[in-house]
Amino acid sequence: MSGAADREAVFPTRQSLGLMKAKLKGAETGHSLLKRKSEALTKRFRDITRRIDEAKRKMGRVMQIASLSLAEVTYAVGGNIGYQIQESAKSARFRIRAKQENVSGVLLPAFESYLTEGNNDFAMTGLGKGGQQVQRCRETYARAVEALVELASLQTAFVILDEVIKVVNRRVNAIEHVIIPRTENTIKYINSELDELDREEFYRLKKVANKKQRDNAALDAEMKVKREAAAARDQENQAPAEAIEESGDILTAEEDEDVIF
Amino acid sequence: MASQADSKDRQFLAVIGDEDSVTGLLLAGIGHVTAPPDNQKNFLVVDSKTDNATIEATFEKFTAERKDIGIVLINQHVADRIRHRVDTYTAAFPAVLEIPSKDHPYDPEKDSVLRRVRRLFGE
Repeated sequence: MSGAADREAVFPTRQSLGLMKAKLKGAETGHSLLKRKSEALTKRFRDITRRIDEAKRKMGRVMQIASLSLAEVTYAVGGNIGYQIQESAKSARFRIRAKQENVSGVLLPAFESYLTEGNNDFAMTGLGKGGQQVQRCRETYARAVEALVELASLQTAFVILDEVIKVVNRRVNAIEHVIIPRTENTIKYINSELDELDREEFYRLKKVANKKQRDNAALDAEMKVKREAAAARDQENQAPAEAIEESGDILTAEEDEDVIF
Repeated sequence: MASQADSKDRQFLAVIGDEDSVTGLLLAGIGHVTAPPDNQKNFLVVDSKTDNATIEATFEKFTAERKDIGIVLINQHVADRIRHRVDTYTAAFPAVLEIPSKDHPYDPEKDSVLRRVRRLFGE
């Protein structure tokens, strides 16, 4: 648009000025709301990253304990039970379920672990010897997996929040640096155009008034000349005193007319 | 977000790891084999003879193809072998989690998510 400041293509009318003002107000409200949303999410995000850090460290320890108990099993059973276990795994006992949590309009998934009842793939494992160790190992690993599930939900939340925060920040910046300045420019443009129109109108009115005044003055002068001529003629016909009085009356009446203009 | 809609039916965990890790996690009861026609296992045992292509294909299968897996657990030393795949994986579902193994101590510096955490905190 004519190389001027960036603004929207509108006609400079009072109606579009009103529209633009409403738009600016909306943009400002939206900006403050989004900003608050972004802040809330960032707070949550920082909280989650801190917890991830902690959970990762905890996971290291838990897994260490778990492998130790597996070593105990290997020792007690007296051989590698890996194959046996891999072959007898059929149906998952330990499952997860995804819940959703709402943080300022963003759905964050959280995994929740649960045990299904009634299927035990490893009933025969460690039947000969080391049954107790196997049992303990299963419990240890179940606890480890629970920690892992917790970590996984934190991590998923982290990934989603990361994405959402980026989107929200992009929107905040777009409103702050593009939409609001552009709307303000448009309002400025409309105002300046309207002022220009006002000045033009004022000048025109002044011109018209001037012209009218000049016309009236000319008309008055003409009338006066005519009246004086008529009065001169009357004076010749009638008594001089009467004529003077009458002409004075006419003059005042004329002045009244003048006031009207 | 479409990824959140299908999160409901993801109810299994999957493991890619060395024998001990897999055995332990199976003992916890996460092992699952799908119905007979395809017999898909949700775990893969990696040893020195397993080549990277297999690991990569399995990782691909667990993360992209199977819609019933919510969390993929992968040993860190195994993740190192397909590091480029793990690092470029950014989707929320399923969550990929690097876990320590018995013979390889856990190194937080290598973890793809922890690295992102650190980068965000500017460390």
